[in-house]
Amino acid sequence: MELNQIMFFLLAGLILIFSLLTITSRMILRAAIYLLIVLVATSGLYFMLNFEFIAAIQLTLYAGGIVVLIIFSILLTSHISHKFEQPAVANAFAGILTGILGCGVALWSIMKFPFTPTTQPALEVNMKQIGMHLLNTGNYGYALPFEVISVLLLAAMIAAIVIAKKGN
Amino acid sequence: MIQGIPIQCFLIVSTIMFFIGICGFIIRHNLITILMSVELILNSVNINFLVFNKYLFPHQLQGHFFAMIVVAIAASEAAVAIALFINMYRKFNNIEVENINEMKY
Repeated sequence: MELNQIMFFLLAGLILIFSLLTITSRMILRAAIYLLIVLVATSGLYFMLNFEFIAAIQLTLYAGGIVVLIIFSILLTSHISHKFEQPAVANAFAGILTGILGCGVALWSIMKFPFTPTTQPALEVNMKQIGMHLLNTGNYGYALPFEVISVLLLAAMIAAIVIAKKGN
Repeated sequence: MIQGIPIQCFLIVSTIMFFIGICGFIIRHNLITILMSVELILNSVNINFLVFNKYLFPHQLQGHFFAMIVVAIAASEAAVAIALFINMYRKFNNIEVENINEMKY
């Protein structure tokens, strides 16, 4: 077994175990910490793919931003020592059945599908390439989605302030 | 592509993660844990985009941009959702889904 295979299976095992713990843990703050571990392991997968920029985005935005936001709201709205009750049997059964059935269908189709890569030479991914594509208005340019996302972020920020402020 | 790891390995990991997220979405009662399940789902989709970009279309950068857009939408969704949760907590004093069954108007 080579080193990169060992690394991949380590990261995959971390992701699967801790995402299961995220949805089964009965202490809410622990669930948030398990989610943080899942996100950091995912950024490790991106580093394995040699996508440093996306891995850095994953670390700073997901692990740094969203998890901190979630932990902050947990501290505002829940008691830390409170333990959840076990889910109702019918509920748990429905969830697990949906998960297993959907997982089976998706894995079956993944295994059957013949993935054929293109024969064109690989593009070297670096910051310059990403920036040129992201702000390009020509073919394969992503200037319009970039602007739309910035408007969306502004709208979401204003909406969050308006919703969460006290009184009218 | 990466030596010794076929594309199916990555896809299996992200598929299982996706359905764990869906399972948590159905089982959980607290709104914040439901939000965490949604983050799991979005994260697994991100893995798929980047792996397809790396293995099948290495001459393009589409997967990167889709992944960035998904991350931005996840961030704005989390911000609005948490503002809503805090507002609900002020009104109902808890954020369990069973207790919240009426809207303002």
